[in-house]
Amino acid sequence: MTAASPPEVLRAPLIVEFPFTRSLGPVQSAFLTGLREGVVLGVKTSGGKVVVPPVEYDPVTAEEVRELVEVAATGTVTTWAWNGRPRPHQPLDTPFAWVLVKFDGADTALLHALDVPGPEAVRTGMRVRVRWAADRTGAITDIACFEPYEGPAGAEAVPHDGVFADAVTGIVAEARLDYVYSPGRAQTAYINALSERRTVGERCPSCHKVYVPPRGACPTCGVATTDQVEVGPAGTVTTYCIVNIKARNLDIEVPYVYAHIALDGAGLALHGRIGGIPYDQVRMGLRVEPVWTEGGRHPDHYRPTGEPDADYDAYKELI
Amino acid sequence: MARYAREVAVVAFAQSDHLRRTDELSEVEMVMPVLHQVLAATGLKAGEIGFTCSGSSDYLAGRAFSFTMTLDGVGAWPPISESHVEMDGAWALYEAWVKIQTGEADTALVYAYGKSSPGSVRDVLTRQLDPYYLAPLWPDSVALAALQAQALIDAGETDERALAAIGARSRAAAEANPHAQLRGAVPQGDYQVRPLRTWDCPPIGDGVAAVILAAGDLARQLCERPAWITGIDHRIEAHGLGLRDLTDSPSTRIAAEHAGVFEAPVDTAELHAPFSSQEVVLRKALGLGDGDGVAVNPSGGALAANPVMAAGLIRIGEAAARIHRGESDRAVAHATSGPCLQQNLVAVLEGDRA
Ligand SMILES: [Zn+2]
Repeated sequence: MTAASPPEVLRAPLIVEFPFTRSLGPVQSAFLTGLREGVVLGVKTSGGKVVVPPVEYDPVTAEEVRELVEVAATGTVTTWAWNGRPRPHQPLDTPFAWVLVKFDGADTALLHALDVPGPEAVRTGMRVRVRWAADRTGAITDIACFEPYEGPAGAEAVPHDGVFADAVTGIVAEARLDYVYSPGRAQTAYINALSERRTVGERCPSCHKVYVPPRGACPTCGVATTDQVEVGPAGTVTTYCIVNIKARNLDIEVPYVYAHIALDGAGLALHGRIGGIPYDQVRMGLRVEPVWTEGGRHPDHYRPTGEPDADYDAYKELI
Repeated sequence: MARYAREVAVVAFAQSDHLRRTDELSEVEMVMPVLHQVLAATGLKAGEIGFTCSGSSDYLAGRAFSFTMTLDGVGAWPPISESHVEMDGAWALYEAWVKIQTGEADTALVYAYGKSSPGSVRDVLTRQLDPYYLAPLWPDSVALAALQAQALIDAGETDERALAAIGARSRAAAEANPHAQLRGAVPQGDYQVRPLRTWDCPPIGDGVAAVILAAGDLARQLCERPAWITGIDHRIEAHGLGLRDLTDSPSTRIAAEHAGVFEAPVDTAELHAPFSSQEVVLRKALGLGDGDGVAVNPSGGALAANPVMAAGLIRIGEAAARIHRGESDRAVAHATSGPCLQQNLVAVLEGDRA
């Protein structure tokens, strides 16, 4: 048992990407299809207010709103903010103004980007018009941005049936977020030990259970586990299952056995694949040891040690 | 007089030092010392707590169900009564308060944490926006706050000099707060998104907060001067930014009315205003004016430390701690979530008069 040494912080890039596929309601579908066709639609509430971008339920009364109207592709800036350093994915990659724009004929404002050379070229109340994207798909980004426009306000909203050929019924909301992941003190020690082909757990100072892999805390006692304990290398299969479905990007032949393995000295089982024995001969109590591959950062699998099976009483608490 | 079924008080509060990064700590390693500290303040053991509720966001860490890992730190075996909100911990406190009101628990441990350092929090927070009209444009949290600030300037409710004074006052107040991330004379800095400069914006950091709630006589046993929650309410505004008047916060005002803020003067206000301009909006909604004897953010507020998901709970904790110390008799605490003060929670905390 040794006290934990100061951690060498491990880091690795972690990328989270998700293409959320979302369906559209009747109003959003008409609005986004309209953008594709170069038409700006809103809805009229029972109070007579024209809402652009449109909502499907009145924010005040929660009534369903379905009366579509067309507004002009020109409008007035209601407030703005100068974005001197655009961030990834934003509408323009040159400095621009974020603006809320009230379209002519609308009573509410839409958020987007305004393409002007500098902050001195923006003011609340300035007139703007839509600059349409070259390739339009039925998304808010069909508005590439706004640009200055010298023209009078005053256009009225006019009724629109919202009917277009080949209506857009869904969007794919692509997102990517980049992180740098650090696993923390306990897991850093575990991962570093694995690179020396050792398995290191941590003992709870209160109940003395040894956790492997360690997470830094004992969930029973709610205290930090700080004493490192080397466990294994051999262990006992406490339970297992037979995998019959081949996973994508995994070149392990099926069927194979995935097992819970209580390494000698550990207070709970970790999981790993069992090899070196036909799948239908794996059993509870089987004694196994890790098999490391060249350059591997963790055991590739566990194989039988050839010892007699462990007695059920020896591992029943760890199942 | 009794607004609610049971008397419930904040009896202990603890928080971490708020730091720009905590790479050497996993989330549970970061949370656990604060949990131990808040429990020690009451003498309660983890297993004696009636209900546990936490607030955090998976998007900050970039990992699904990241909060489950921190449950190791509360002693979640054998099974405990536990819940989580993907919100600021102030809303976890609200859930715990409801649990105690229903009589299902007499004590609650509420904790919240945010570890923003693994990612880019400005970009991460864009993922909480409306996915049809806003999220595809990636407007970051500073940009949205800047739109609100410009609306306030256009309306004549503030100017850049007044905003700078809010930042300076907050960081000066934080000199007395050993946990704060930014203290003292912080450079005004360049425009981040104009009209907001660096010191109009909160620091980005990692941190944890925890409070313990208790009901009735138990609260009196656990704490010399409990901070009674005499009112609490939360409200939300329409998510369309263009549907809202960004210079006002009707949701804060309604929550404050329901919480009884306006029934008697307060001496302390802990406002969750991550941006200087948001303090202007909140002062107006809460009727705090400009300097009528109310200590506004004596902790330094979110401009001094803003661990996302914990900063609102910290406002309740800081207000309660002033009552515990006898520095306040009636305090208002506010927490927010979402862009431009979209969601707002208001609590009134009172100490027994001598
Ligand atoms: Zn233990």
